[in-house]
Amino acid sequence: MPTVTMTVNGKAVTGEVEGRTLLVHFLRDKLHLTGTHVGCDTAQCGACTVHLNGKAIKSCNMLALQAEGAEITTIEGLAQNGTLHPMQEAFRDNHGLQCGFCTPGMVMAAVSLVKGKSNLSDDEIRHGLDGNICRCTGYHNIVKAVKAGAQAMGGK
Amino acid sequence: MPEGTGSATGIGASVKRKEDFRFLTGRGTYTDDINRPGQTYAYILRSPHASADIVKIDSAKAAKAPGVVAILTGADYDKGGLPCGWQIHSKDGSPMIEPPHFPLCKDKVRHVGDQVALIIAETYAQARDAAELIDVSYKETKPIVSLADADKPGAAQVWPEAKNNTCFDWHIGDKAAVDAAFAKAAHVTKIDIVNQRLIPNAMEPRAAIGDFDRATGEFTLYTTSQNPHVIRLLMGAFVLQIPESKLRVVAPDVGGGFGSKIFHYAEEALVTWAAGKVERPVKWTSDRSEAFLTDAHGRDQINHAELAMDKDGKFLALRVNTKANMGAYLSTFAPCVPTYLSATLLAGVYSTPAIYAEVKAIFTNTAVVDAYRGAGRPETTYLLERLVEKAARETGIDRVEIRRKNFIPVDAFPYQTPVALQYDSGDYFSTLDMALKTADWAGIDKRKADSKAKGKLRGIGISTYLEACGIAPSAVVGSLGARAGLYETGQIRVHPTGSVTVFTGTHSHGQGHETTFAQLVSDGLGIPIENVEVSHGDTNKIPFGMGTYGSRSLAVGGSAIVKAMDKIITKSKRIAAHLMEASVADVEFKNGVFTVVGTDKSVPFGTVALTAYVPHNYPITELEPGLEETAFYDPLNFTFPGGCHICEVEVDPDTGTVEVLKFTAVDDIGRVINPMIAEGQIHGGVAQGIGQALLEAAAYDEESGQLLTGSYMDYTMPRADNIPNITVGNHVTLCTHNPLGAKGVGEVGAIGSPPAVINAVLDALLPLGVKDITMPASPHRVWQAIQTAKKAAE
Repeated sequence: MPTVTMTVNGKAVTGEVEGRTLLVHFLRDKLHLTGTHVGCDTAQCGACTVHLNGKAIKSCNMLALQAEGAEITTIEGLAQNGTLHPMQEAFRDNHGLQCGFCTPGMVMAAVSLVKGKSNLSDDEIRHGLDGNICRCTGYHNIVKAVKAGAQAMGGK
Repeated sequence: MPEGTGSATGIGASVKRKEDFRFLTGRGTYTDDINRPGQTYAYILRSPHASADIVKIDSAKAAKAPGVVAILTGADYDKGGLPCGWQIHSKDGSPMIEPPHFPLCKDKVRHVGDQVALIIAETYAQARDAAELIDVSYKETKPIVSLADADKPGAAQVWPEAKNNTCFDWHIGDKAAVDAAFAKAAHVTKIDIVNQRLIPNAMEPRAAIGDFDRATGEFTLYTTSQNPHVIRLLMGAFVLQIPESKLRVVAPDVGGGFGSKIFHYAEEALVTWAAGKVERPVKWTSDRSEAFLTDAHGRDQINHAELAMDKDGKFLALRVNTKANMGAYLSTFAPCVPTYLSATLLAGVYSTPAIYAEVKAIFTNTAVVDAYRGAGRPETTYLLERLVEKAARETGIDRVEIRRKNFIPVDAFPYQTPVALQYDSGDYFSTLDMALKTADWAGIDKRKADSKAKGKLRGIGISTYLEACGIAPSAVVGSLGARAGLYETGQIRVHPTGSVTVFTGTHSHGQGHETTFAQLVSDGLGIPIENVEVSHGDTNKIPFGMGTYGSRSLAVGGSAIVKAMDKIITKSKRIAAHLMEASVADVEFKNGVFTVVGTDKSVPFGTVALTAYVPHNYPITELEPGLEETAFYDPLNFTFPGGCHICEVEVDPDTGTVEVLKFTAVDDIGRVINPMIAEGQIHGGVAQGIGQALLEAAAYDEESGQLLTGSYMDYTMPRADNIPNITVGNHVTLCTHNPLGAKGVGEVGAIGSPPAVINAVLDALLPLGVKDITMPASPHRVWQAIQTAKKAAE
């Protein structure tokens, strides 16, 4: 079996994978980072969104081997030293999550979406999140949360 | 129950959720996140045909594939079928047809996705690879897919015992009274409705792990369920014959349910049964494609309704005929959805004196249909609110006035409807007035003119609705065919140092029970909310429970917690009286402190708790040590939330695209514990309602029975840019028969909203002469309706 090496949440990791293993399964099954979820099989729902070299991608839509040498951040790597990332905090403050299943992907997508933009309109946020499906919240509070998170991040 | 102490974490406060930290940091534990030592993986080979005889299954080659542990088929399966939890009797008194439903098909497959073989291997990929090597010979037979045609002579038969594919032919109400009222009616409005099939699509696909302990003979099932005790009861008693004492069911964090995770599914029984066979844990995780094929679907009714009115627009009688699709088998609660959860709601918020409804339940070669958020009540609300709207258009009576004219008066409660239910409280005038004001109903003409200037068509739609939830009084539902009681349990364990664990038989899969119930107990016992933990979802921890559905968790489960808390306080008072050397009658409890009336004597709750567990100075001859109480609460009636939803849309007549501009929901949900959570429930429900009205539909190919909408590429889920900001208002009348005054909030959004959206679309299209549209009002359908109306006008 081939091996793959990448940096996940700041730690170098190496693992054996089958050629067909998707990045999301490598993260969940080999690294036990189960915060990244699988909600569909057509790269539509975004529950598996992680950051690859700083940009949001759907980890069900690439092979683990394609991430060779990449820097990956998952939801587990977002909070630093037990302090929530401002976007995580904003989701909590604005009740931007209910069952929590789409949440990791939604938060990772939101962080990437607002990078460098602290003042997004509701419309921009709604369109920017159309790759992530939430069945619980009706998006109302997610939009509020992303807006608040973007402001708290101050364009960073 | 006190109004609440007004504390920042008590009743009425928008406390931030306790559960959020784990969900936001990826530490939630959903079923697929659990792995057991020695675990194997199951893949289910499913039928590619909607209807076929299984001639032969050859798994010899697959059995030798790498990693395969076992391959099991219907021939190996020697246990029971999946039971149905509700029995309906037809008009003629005969019981509904209940065909067998084995978790693995024995000789025939009846819908695409039916279970044919269970492949267990060391890895999921190996199980899936091996499944490719199984050779199944099928003899295809003609399927029946169309609900409209399934009961017609000559239609293919799903079950030989169900003639004309009819499961039951039921009715409710006074036919003679309705016929008499129609005979003297000044006007009759008629409508035909298709309430389309939906696929619930909780974002977490179903999963199940069966585990078998060789040392004790105990089985454990981890499953994505809204009601683990119900699964233990159904699977243990009816399917696998495992006594409850040897069966533990755990429903850990569950990623949304919306009804679809109430039911006992084949896969739960299969992994548990197989774990006993291979004596290793067996894990199955559905992929989304499987979920589309095999999760219980929702809605799928065809209705014909007629409303008789006098010359002033007063409703005289309502007559309804419904066909409801059951799918190929009877799912756990399927028969009660179009009957007792649907037809009994036909009075709605109106004082219609006579109602008669007939409901035929029909088998087809499709996935099972069962409760989906609202379950029967959205169907009835849609039918009523479309019918009332049409009646207003036909008679020329203002569409708000016709509703107001027929509302049940505020002083008429308790109000007995002609279709079994007795409403305890409500005020439909206030929710209507609030909604009209919030939505600026009066200013619509100006906004319509603004849209028109841009070449767009603006419309506003209204729905005034009511639902029955807080499910349910056991004796009542028992008399109506339920095979279980529908009470709830609450257990409160006060620990020696004063922290508290609350055990609830309800299950949270997004509803925030860990916060709401903690608020209740923090307020009631006067202890910090940090000291309260809420535990749910494990039959080994929780005494018993009926789970979460039918907007019952607070009204029924919360009431059980209040009852348990009352017992804790009663016992604590006796301990406190002993400590303060006072009579129990003189002891008061407030804000976490016991006092003796008229003295300065006081004992805090923590001291009482410690005394209960360290009973050195204790009334030991009168009272047992310890401080833990359990309550079973059986509600006295259903609860009846209701309200008014108003939707404003803009239609692009060139493309047929409908944009929802504004949505206003003013609901009466009884007492609210956490307004932030309650509003979130309404947002989510409304989004699902908008989804039904404009986007979502499950479609099968009528010839082959193949599911045409089997992925997110084909089934249109509401996304962030399809849903507007939602304005939520609240006008409370308290439920009169439960200790909290709570009515329920989980389903109101999905129940009230679809007709408001469609009435808005029809209002927008009114100038073009469009009078009807079928859900979902997709751009294609709207455009077509416009073209048809244009042609007719030519």
